[in-house]
Amino acid sequence: MLTVEGLNTYYGRAHILSDLALQATAGEVVVLLGRNGAGKSTTMKSVIGLVPAESGAISFDGARIDRLSPHRIARLGLGYVPEDRRIFTDLNVMENLEVGRQKPRDGAPTWTPERLFELFPNLGRMKDRPGGRMSGGEQQMLTIARTLMGNPRLILLDEPSEGLAPVIVEQMARTILQLKAEGLCVLLSEQNLHFAQMVADRAYIIEKGRIRYSGTMAELAADAAVREQYLSV
Amino acid sequence: MLANIVIQFMNGLAGASSLFLVAAGLSIIFGVSRIVNFAHGSLYMLGVYLAYTLVEFFGRSSIFGFWGGVLMAALCVGLIGVLIEIVVLRRIYRAPELFQLLATFALVLVIKDAALYIWGAEDLVGPRAAGLRGAVEIMGKRFPQYDLVLIAIGPVVLGLLWLLMNRTRWGTLVRAATQDREMVGALGVNQSGLFTGVFFLGAFLAGLGGAVQLPREPAQLMLDITVISDAFVVVVVGGMGSIGGAFLAALLIAQAKAFCIGIGDVSIFGTVFSFSKFTLVVEFVIMAVVLVVRPWGLLGKQQGVQRGAFMVEPPLYPLNQTFWIVVLAIVVLLGLIPFGGDNYLLVLLIDIAVFALFAVTLHFLMGPSGMVSFGHAAYFGLGCYGAALALLKLKLPMELALFAAPLAGGLGALVFGWFCVRLSGVYLAMLTLAFAQIAWSVIYQWDAFTGGSNGLIGLWPSEWLKNRAVFYAFALVLCVGSILFLWRVVHAPFGYALRAGRDSALRADAIGINVRRFQWFGFTLSGAFAGLAGGLFAFSKGSISPETLAVSRSVDGLVMVLLGGVQTLTGPVAGAALFTWLQDSIARNTEYWRAILGLTILVIVLAFPQGIAGFTKQVAARIGVMRREAV
Repeated sequence: MLTVEGLNTYYGRAHILSDLALQATAGEVVVLLGRNGAGKSTTMKSVIGLVPAESGAISFDGARIDRLSPHRIARLGLGYVPEDRRIFTDLNVMENLEVGRQKPRDGAPTWTPERLFELFPNLGRMKDRPGGRMSGGEQQMLTIARTLMGNPRLILLDEPSEGLAPVIVEQMARTILQLKAEGLCVLLSEQNLHFAQMVADRAYIIEKGRIRYSGTMAELAADAAVREQYLSV
Repeated sequence: MLANIVIQFMNGLAGASSLFLVAAGLSIIFGVSRIVNFAHGSLYMLGVYLAYTLVEFFGRSSIFGFWGGVLMAALCVGLIGVLIEIVVLRRIYRAPELFQLLATFALVLVIKDAALYIWGAEDLVGPRAAGLRGAVEIMGKRFPQYDLVLIAIGPVVLGLLWLLMNRTRWGTLVRAATQDREMVGALGVNQSGLFTGVFFLGAFLAGLGGAVQLPREPAQLMLDITVISDAFVVVVVGGMGSIGGAFLAALLIAQAKAFCIGIGDVSIFGTVFSFSKFTLVVEFVIMAVVLVVRPWGLLGKQQGVQRGAFMVEPPLYPLNQTFWIVVLAIVVLLGLIPFGGDNYLLVLLIDIAVFALFAVTLHFLMGPSGMVSFGHAAYFGLGCYGAALALLKLKLPMELALFAAPLAGGLGALVFGWFCVRLSGVYLAMLTLAFAQIAWSVIYQWDAFTGGSNGLIGLWPSEWLKNRAVFYAFALVLCVGSILFLWRVVHAPFGYALRAGRDSALRADAIGINVRRFQWFGFTLSGAFAGLAGGLFAFSKGSISPETLAVSRSVDGLVMVLLGGVQTLTGPVAGAALFTWLQDSIARNTEYWRAILGLTILVIVLAFPQGIAGFTKQVAARIGVMRREAV
């Protein structure tokens, strides 16, 4: 579904991603693991087009998307949930959802506010609350719900567990599995191996902008040396 | 008495409507695009002119003809706004903020000359509205029927805008984009379409604001600058991006103006105090008070840095030996010119020297200190008047009178700066504009002391400086010396502190730098040298007028600095030389020098959307990437 090959991205002269390659196929949850500053968020931003790649190929459903602007990529059914949530704080919950709304899409679940409130019951109880007056966990739910309003086929989740209370993290894990059950493909980035093990099928480990390891979650669980080398703090 | 108050109040309401329309448009455009649209007053002016033509065309005597003409005029202005967005602004959304400002300045120049070409320089008095020519009687006083309609237009438009912004998907997207336009794009919304729509709406409102004023004021070419400064004041007082705030501020300011006119001259303790003269400044006084008490405006919120619009100032290179040698060589070369040049060339060179110093003082504020001034001409003009009054009223010799110039400029900056450094960004720029307008109108109206609109004459230098070439050498030494001093200051610990405060006020504060105090001193220093430039200007011309501190002079300074490049030290000097030379040589050959200047600026802006400094950096980065790939 999503194929990234030979991706190179720069911030000014700083080389952030080097020859990065990864794949995600329909129906699976793939996690990009790595420490702070490894290049996880930049990978996500390169895929959605917010940080244009210098070279390399990004394909979504067989079509090249690496030269498209973010809104065109989003309209192909690729949803992006930013790490820092970027809720519209002046807009209330319903209005935030409205900004994300797109037409129903073949081959992807169709979301309405009502269906999303089943997934995130908290949000349904605060439809008129401005985004700026919500807790961090509520904002994290809203940012995912907002992206789902675009009826994506693949969703990029940038560190969804960051800064959340343990009970909310568990709820987040359940949500991701529910999305998978709906048929969505999920590519998420994480530092939290424990969280990744709850939801992911496969993992890539990224360090200094390069993919260092790729395998199933079971393989990674069995490979203590890799975990020690790339993930322990 | 009561009847008078009621009538003045109604006058205020009528005046507020048009002001609100313009300000609302400006506010909406700023909110989404973060572009401070200096050309907004020009769009208003086009609204008045187009309404004049279209009402004639549709027939001024029918109700349909009048209102049809007004609406068509507003629609046309809206479409002109769309054209501007697509052709110019869309290409520079990612450019530095000040570069965008420069582009809208250029549009002001182009639109002014287009209006001059189409409608001529004469004021055009519009027809009165068909069917509303009469007056109604209110408490025994006559009040124009048309003004009653105007009173209604403001609240009606406010209501419609509220519905549009809060009850439609488009409005929701606009409000979202105001906060984080990049995220809106990542959610699948086409930003270009949204921006174009916003420009249409903003320009339409400006055009409508102008068109409905047609029966009340003649169409004339000065409207662009007067209206834009009024609209800025309203937007800043109300709070950037707040439509309700703009309405409130428009009411407040229009009422204050109406009452100042209504009260007229009042005798307090034997001195006659003229409130009607006060109308020219009252809005700026209100703005200054509001900004000091509520820095974000009446209904505004603290502005966060908009996402995806972050700029980092590159460091300045230290001044090395080569730099000084090159500067010295250029100065020596300039000093040799009088031996071969004619009188005309000397006049031009003196102007260039004076404006180079003026531009460098403005750059000192905008660049290293991070404070953009929209009213820098105030200190230049105070310098002019300080020197002139010292010569004429105190009868000081010219050499001593010249000392009064930096003193007056510096004192003005010391007082105004105390208020200004409490703000930052656009708000600071607006407050500098307010103070400049206050200084201007005091000088403009104080006939007995400053000569009023006629200015002061008979400002000739001492005998030994009467010769042009000698005066040129004198001005050159003073200007170059001052410029070098300011450049040195930028690289002294004082300059480091200023730059630290600009780059991160919080961190600078945390390491013990009193940022505000440093900025205040920086402001004063800049004002003092701007005053010196003004003093030299006064003695080189022999006469001065309030023009020396008008808004247009401040704008000239901004254009000089931005043209040369705000990120370099030497840029403002080059910009001042180019601007002064262009203005002089084009103005002698064509009536439409503004348009040519404006178009030149637009071409430069569109060719180097990242600024000239940014462009060279981009090229360097490209080469770097290619090298890496070759390895």
